[in-house]
Amino acid sequence: MPYFLLKRAATFLATLVAASILIFLVLEILPGNPARVILGPDAPESAVEALAHKLGADRPPLDRYLDWIGGLLEGDLGTSYAYGTPVGEIVGERLAVSLPLAILAMALTAALALSAGVFAAARHDTAGDFGVMALSQLGIAVPSFWLAILLILFFAVELRWVSAGGFPGWSAGFWTAIKALILPAVALAAVQAAILARITRSAVLEVSREDFVRTARAKGLSKGKTLRRHVLRNAMIPIVTVMGLQFANLIAGAIVVENVFYLPGLGRLMFQSIANRDIAVIRDVVMLLAGMVVLVNFAVDLLYAAIDPRLRAEDA
Amino acid sequence: MALLDVENLVVRLPTARGMAAAVRGASFSLDRGERLGLVGESGSGKSMTALALLGLLPEGAELAGSIRFDGRELVGLPEDELCRFRGDRIGMVFQEPMTALNPLHTVGRQVAEPLRLHRGFSASAAREAAVALLDRVGIPDAAWRAASFPHQLSGGQRQRAIIAMALACGPDLLIADEPTTALDVTLQRQILDRLVELCEESGMALLLISHDLGVVAETTRRMLVMYGGSIMESGPTAAMLRRLAHPYSQGLIGARPRLGAQRGVRLSTIPGSAPALAEIPVGCPFAERCRLAIDECKAALPAQEIVGPDHVARCIRLDAAGARP
Amino acid sequence: MTDLAPSLTRRALAHASLVVGGVLTLLLLLAAALSLVWTPWPVYELDIPNKLQLPSTAHWFGTDSLGRDVLSELLAGARTSIIVGVIAVGIGVILGTALGLLAAARRGWLEELVMRFSDFAFAFPAILSAIMLSALLGPGIVTSIVAIGIFNVPIFARLTRAQAKAVWAREFTLAARAAGKGSFRITLEHVLPNILSVIVVQSTIQFATAILAEAALSYLGLGTQPPQPSWGRMLNEAQLQLLQAPRLAIFPGLAIALSVLGLNLLGDGLRDLLDPRLARRR
Repeated sequence: MPYFLLKRAATFLATLVAASILIFLVLEILPGNPARVILGPDAPESAVEALAHKLGADRPPLDRYLDWIGGLLEGDLGTSYAYGTPVGEIVGERLAVSLPLAILAMALTAALALSAGVFAAARHDTAGDFGVMALSQLGIAVPSFWLAILLILFFAVELRWVSAGGFPGWSAGFWTAIKALILPAVALAAVQAAILARITRSAVLEVSREDFVRTARAKGLSKGKTLRRHVLRNAMIPIVTVMGLQFANLIAGAIVVENVFYLPGLGRLMFQSIANRDIAVIRDVVMLLAGMVVLVNFAVDLLYAAIDPRLRAEDA
Repeated sequence: MALLDVENLVVRLPTARGMAAAVRGASFSLDRGERLGLVGESGSGKSMTALALLGLLPEGAELAGSIRFDGRELVGLPEDELCRFRGDRIGMVFQEPMTALNPLHTVGRQVAEPLRLHRGFSASAAREAAVALLDRVGIPDAAWRAASFPHQLSGGQRQRAIIAMALACGPDLLIADEPTTALDVTLQRQILDRLVELCEESGMALLLISHDLGVVAETTRRMLVMYGGSIMESGPTAAMLRRLAHPYSQGLIGARPRLGAQRGVRLSTIPGSAPALAEIPVGCPFAERCRLAIDECKAALPAQEIVGPDHVARCIRLDAAGARP
Repeated sequence: MTDLAPSLTRRALAHASLVVGGVLTLLLLLAAALSLVWTPWPVYELDIPNKLQLPSTAHWFGTDSLGRDVLSELLAGARTSIIVGVIAVGIGVILGTALGLLAAARRGWLEELVMRFSDFAFAFPAILSAIMLSALLGPGIVTSIVAIGIFNVPIFARLTRAQAKAVWAREFTLAARAAGKGSFRITLEHVLPNILSVIVVQSTIQFATAILAEAALSYLGLGTQPPQPSWGRMLNEAQLQLLQAPRLAIFPGLAIALSVLGLNLLGDGLRDLLDPRLARRR
């Protein structure tokens, strides 16, 4: 394996371990006895001790950490205090909503941003460019949850095209389920697309000034062909980087937007768990989300190597 | 009929202070198989002249005058028709071997791209042709190099690959803008020699653009000296090297380091620097820096004066410069 | 070779974004300042009989579900946004810039450590850290300030390091080193003044992001708690009245969007003004 990927893989693993330690410290150690956190300050000492024993919270911190990590690796995420069911099951159900939502939103973001960004770059310094840039400036300023509320007002309250929220479940049929995800995905994607469109535009403009683009034109390639064959792939390097970082924003945004639309996803689960003081669920979901962000950024590194031969070199 | 006939070429570029002429009325011609040199400092308008020939001027630039290539007028030709000339009938080699190749495509793919575009070669035929082309410009182990990426090649090999690319369709005219400036002297020599051989083999005409009088002297039959957007002197290379007429051309050769020159002999330099685009004066553009300048020089651009057979210069002080025998 | 002029439209736009952004930002500051000394109605006063009133001369923007004057709440909400924004960005600037300067000056393992920390921090978006913090500290304005502040640290650390490294590569720092000055003095005398404008521009833009994050956290109930006014929480409350009084969801959203737009435009305009070289490359 090329040195570059080896290094990235090591960073990936180290980041996961560091994240798990941080999460464990913040959620399990710093607040004090988890049983006390769950039961509240007024609960009798005997009840707290009993729960602590049941949760295993009376054991040394290192043992608890290793238990947790061991469980994660075996797919056993522990038991939810509030639901009394395995956390793995609850998270699995919620993931079936959040993951399709994130993918739909990311796809929308990429489609919108790439076409708008390339359009603006190709019409650099014209009215079209100005229009796209002004629109994206607006898109960045509008909070996703407000856009979500506006979308509900317009499409659900005024036009009555879709319901104002909730999720019928995948058992209700693929399209019925997707229909419930469209508005949330649009609300999530709008902001990210606005940012990515600007990145795309400047990346395309930057690459267009490279010498090899002039070489391509001197070969007789038209402007369009030069853009497709030589500019776009080079411009993808910064675009993919930003898309990786945006995935983190998307996950954060999903937590908010799921709450606007009452979607039973991970974001809502997190909220209910905070209200329930359900530490096991919070801990596992935060770890899952952080893990997803780190994984996506690792995938971006792999993509780099696929795009750029200079990174595939053994010694680079 | 000449292969290339440029008449009264004017290129205007947008600058912070409005449009400014980078090329102001250049005229020259080039026969089939002829090798012509275009010499000047950076900012003299020589590169803009080359880009104008290909119709690749920067955005916002204005072009006037006439460029006739093989009887066809190129000025005012629609973009898609210009594309048919570029890379097919006219090849171009740029200065920067490090950045003129796309880092993400294999060398072979880039070298063969003109063939796929203009000649409809299949992928496999293009691959074979690329290997043959790389071999022709003197890259050892061409088959392996064709499958390499630009970063795996040395600077000299990259420049050879760029030349191979420009030669792909067997053009009638090759424009080379500082093709060897970034390379060391030995490599320079080898690549220039190969270029001359290739021109002679295929009857291709060469327009060699350089700031280096030596490079042009060793490669071309005729040469033009450009300054401030105007052609100041032109003539047969051999005759010009015997007796440079224009004070600017004389300054250029004085500023050139010579192998074997006595140690301790200072290089003479031309005082001052080339004028910025918008500041080029109405009169002789060189008057500001010229040791022979008189008030009259600044009144109007001097007309061409004959100084020898086919040898002309734009100067009113030619006698003072010792241009005529 | 030839320096092509940035087109007239582009220069005019830089100017326009500076003016529009400046005006919007000034309005935000004025609204917050005004709310300190005067609001049309007392912000905390409930007036249930007069709830959900349409805009009128008495209540310019109407009243909410508890009869509070919407305009008064908006003015006071500006104050909350600014407090959270200033402190959170302040944390980011101070800690982030210090780390970035240190990384650029010391290089080696210290630089590596700062950069890995920055990479790591990117795995925790502001909301994720706010959720963890509110599990630790409980929800509230302090939680959101700390969460947004932490999120800002790696952003400024990276920016500062990259900019500072560029300054360290210039001749005058070499000259200063040759003159026997230590890296601490060079950092203070040469590096910091040279990167200040970039940090100011980034702060403006991060301020906008902080306003957005504060609104999101308050909307979720993790940020500012009642009765302290906040635009995000106003939106949360408005969503419950979406059918009866959709206008309640419009005003706070507009306030957030205009503030963020203003700060972003101001940041862009400042960048064009302070660093024309960068502006042309955009």
